[in-house]
Amino acid sequence: MKISAIVTLKKDVLDPQGKVVQQALKGMGFDNVKEIRQGKYFEIDVDENDKKKAEKKAEEMCKKLLANLVIEDFKIIGSQ
Amino acid sequence: MNSSVIIFPGSNCDRDMAVALKKFGFKNKMVWHNDTELPKSDLVVLPGGFSYGDYLRCGSMASKSKIIDSVIKFAKSGGLLLGICNGFQILTETELLPGVLLKNKYSKFICKNVFVKINNSENKYFKNIKKNILELHIAHNEGNFFCSNDQMKEINDNNQIAVHYCSQNGEIEDSFNPNGAIKNIAGLFNKEKNILGMMPHPERMIDNYLSGEDGSIFFQNLINNLK
Amino acid sequence: MEVNENIALEHGLNKPEYKKICELLKRTPNITELGIFSAMWNEHCSYKSSRLHLKNLPTKGKKVIQGPGENAGVIDIGDDDAIVFKIESHNHPSFIEPYQGAATGVGGIMRDVFTMGARPIANLNSIHFGSPQHKKTKNLLRGVVQGIGGYGNCIGVPTIGGQTSFDESYNGNILVNAMTLGLVKKNKIFYSKAAGVNKPVIYVGSKTGRDGIHGASMASAVFDEKIEEKKPTVQVGDPFTEKLLLEACLELMEGDSIISIQDMGAAGLTSSSIEMASKGKLGIELNLNKVPCRESNMTPYEIMLSESQERMLIVLENGKEKDAKKIFDKWNLDFSIIGKTTNSKKIELFYDDKKVAEIPVDTLVENSPMYDRKWKKTKLPKKNKFSKENFKNLKIGNVLTKLLSNPNICNKEWIWEQYDHTVMGDTIQKPGSDSGIVRVHGTDKAVAATVDSSAVYCFAHPLTGGKQVVCESWRNLISVGAEPIAITNCLNFGNPEKDTNMGEFVECVQGIGEASKYLNFPVVSGNVSFYNETKDKGIKPTPAIGGVGLIKNFKNMITMDFKKVDNIVLVIGKTEGSLDQSVFAREILNIKNGPPPEINLFNEKNNGETVLNLIKKKLIMSAHDISLGGIMVAIAKMCIKAKKGIKLKKTNQLINQFQYLFSEDQGRYIVEIEKDKFQEVKEMLNKSSVHYDELGHILDKDIIIDDKTKLSIDDLVKSNYTWLKGYMDK
Repeated sequence: MKISAIVTLKKDVLDPQGKVVQQALKGMGFDNVKEIRQGKYFEIDVDENDKKKAEKKAEEMCKKLLANLVIEDFKIIGSQ
Repeated sequence: MNSSVIIFPGSNCDRDMAVALKKFGFKNKMVWHNDTELPKSDLVVLPGGFSYGDYLRCGSMASKSKIIDSVIKFAKSGGLLLGICNGFQILTETELLPGVLLKNKYSKFICKNVFVKINNSENKYFKNIKKNILELHIAHNEGNFFCSNDQMKEINDNNQIAVHYCSQNGEIEDSFNPNGAIKNIAGLFNKEKNILGMMPHPERMIDNYLSGEDGSIFFQNLINNLK
Repeated sequence: MEVNENIALEHGLNKPEYKKICELLKRTPNITELGIFSAMWNEHCSYKSSRLHLKNLPTKGKKVIQGPGENAGVIDIGDDDAIVFKIESHNHPSFIEPYQGAATGVGGIMRDVFTMGARPIANLNSIHFGSPQHKKTKNLLRGVVQGIGGYGNCIGVPTIGGQTSFDESYNGNILVNAMTLGLVKKNKIFYSKAAGVNKPVIYVGSKTGRDGIHGASMASAVFDEKIEEKKPTVQVGDPFTEKLLLEACLELMEGDSIISIQDMGAAGLTSSSIEMASKGKLGIELNLNKVPCRESNMTPYEIMLSESQERMLIVLENGKEKDAKKIFDKWNLDFSIIGKTTNSKKIELFYDDKKVAEIPVDTLVENSPMYDRKWKKTKLPKKNKFSKENFKNLKIGNVLTKLLSNPNICNKEWIWEQYDHTVMGDTIQKPGSDSGIVRVHGTDKAVAATVDSSAVYCFAHPLTGGKQVVCESWRNLISVGAEPIAITNCLNFGNPEKDTNMGEFVECVQGIGEASKYLNFPVVSGNVSFYNETKDKGIKPTPAIGGVGLIKNFKNMITMDFKKVDNIVLVIGKTEGSLDQSVFAREILNIKNGPPPEINLFNEKNNGETVLNLIKKKLIMSAHDISLGGIMVAIAKMCIKAKKGIKLKKTNQLINQFQYLFSEDQGRYIVEIEKDKFQEVKEMLNKSSVHYDELGHILDKDIIIDDKTKLSIDDLVKSNYTWLKGYMDK
């Protein structure tokens, strides 16, 4: 089973990269960009057929390694 | 000889480069990234540093800045364009040079002296250079050169590899590769050899109280070839 | 929301402090005012436990332009040049999030330096971790090193030196101390003192977010039900913005529009605005709606207490706003006129056209609490007696190999290769030397800097330990040929409310004071970090000393690598054989009690000045101070750096060979001299009554200690270089 997860900086944590990307886009003429926040995307292939169990595993991985819960949130966005 | 060093927000080797160029006889001008016109130059340099904080991808946002159109025009008409470190990354992002510079193999910033061997000296940069192996300094987090097989074939067919990482005696082997770059590539030309991108910093090696003096050989040779 | 005693306690204030606030205001403060008091009166900003004792430190000297009390200290290095420098701790944040904690620590100290108009030219750091076996140590070390590098490298300031130690007392509290040196022209130094009424107060830099807002206060769910979302957030460093801020500030400073400037560090807008007003004996009025915010709906409380990074507060001359804004626009930074100076001597805050706070400035600063905390004197431990029995089964070669790979002695290349130490093109001595050295750009001058600490000595006897750290700093500067000028200190201690910890602090400070006074090596800036304790267990007392010295002509600097075969090697200073608290006693003999080596300030000064004189007369080819591991480790390091060897003479010492080679007696140096200069050197040493031993002469590659002991330089290199790499990359 393939699980997709995204990790993003928590809402109130400064995202320096997102801020500078937004400024650069503005400079290129994309005037209506309000905000950009950057994150990481993971595809995790787990040897597990039960969707719930697989997602639970992935969640654990996010908690323990993929996301730094001090500054980041994660979300399981899909599984197939 | 006139040179121009482009300053992007976040450049931090711009002054060092200007110091080196002046030391070896260039009349140098600093050019701000938001300008559109390049001053008359025999050499244009994209210096090292962290343009735009290295955010998104190293060099990606600098490659979209206002001055870049003039820089591309200058290079396409045969002008000498040198990119050091972050400058090399900008050159790949503008696609003036092929490939991409990935994160170092061991995911660490590396600051140390390395040896490089000149692979192709039939160009303005290395012609008549008195040493074939130079000791230069690297300081980067993303210097791991990578390209597709097709690109590699083209690079080889056109003899575009400028310098390889090597041992003190010139052996080009894995153990002398600091960052995992394909074929130990430390520097690369375009097909016409007027554009050179290099990870090592010759401008940090211009007197014997610094890390060494092989950078002086590079700059002296370059200006001699331009005269 | 009504403020009461409980809320005050949650803000870290105690009952008498809260009572005093109400008395000073003659009313109950509102929540914003309480937040401001708690920030200004906490240990970090008010130095309430330490102030009393810090007052006794020597802070003046012929070359001191600015002592403690400003953003950083300033010293005169001649020709109208001055060096601005300071060290600061970022311990607690680095334990929670090592990368960001260390990165923002570096960012903060650099801001302190360029706030004064100086361009940063060198960074150093002192970092301390728990036992290598502790499960957290490796990741903390990796994160901290990457954080320091990530920030400093991006700004383009070389990291030229530092110190790393491991000790189980840091298992629950790592230490991250960052130091920056900046260069400025004497007549272009900027201060935080505001002057003049009705001058515009300007906010520049990054936007304000909810970063780092006081944990204790936010944790009480009284503000909002959605407390989860509002939890205090870790400060994230943005070195790119700092680089822009640095360039923009220095550009603005070229003109004459700035009256006063202050970076927003701990307690952000609160402490910066109050500091400016307090020093200028003025009032300040701010319209918080004008503060550029990252998040919507930020309250006055949050705006005032946010610790978002990369922000500055400036008081400008009237009429200069437009020119200043142009510069910040060029660098793509926020610029906002948020208030003005007044003659009210109050801080007055407005939000949505309402006055949300009004506090007399002196209640926050001059009336802030100061405590004479109880403290306990540490008795000097009794010396251990060492006899032949102790050394019976030891072989010098094995001992040396073991010491060279000891975590606290081994080569730290794995760390400093991740720091850009050559950017700016003036680094002439890089990390791994006695001091890092950068040239003063475009001149013959060079500045040497070192950072040192000896928690083991300080723990055994704080008074001696405090003296020792200052002496070590002084020796590290002399060893490279620099004239020591002044120091900055970062005082890392446990809980000041415990009399033992407080005693450690008091006596270390006393020791620092005595030594720096005697050596004419004044303290010009510093920082105190208390409460480095977890579950009742505090760290060993760890004052870190950052020393700065000047080399008039950089071509005369000295390095520690042996230069030429057959040259003579001397030990300067007397070797008494004190093994107590040495690495040898602790690690090889497993004897961990006893006093630290004695400090004799007269010898320290006399030996140091004599070595410096020899260097000035160009009689010394290489030099290295003797510290951890004694003579044997010192000469091994000089051999390793040069890939050369040494043959030791037969000693006619009265003490045992192990005591001679591994004791950590203070005030000693190893120096290399040429044969034909020996006579002249001897005469100079005798004339100054400096004790010396002729240790041996330099060989091509082997280290020959006696008939039985011959070591190969390659083996020593291996033992010195492999431990840390192996540990980290395993």
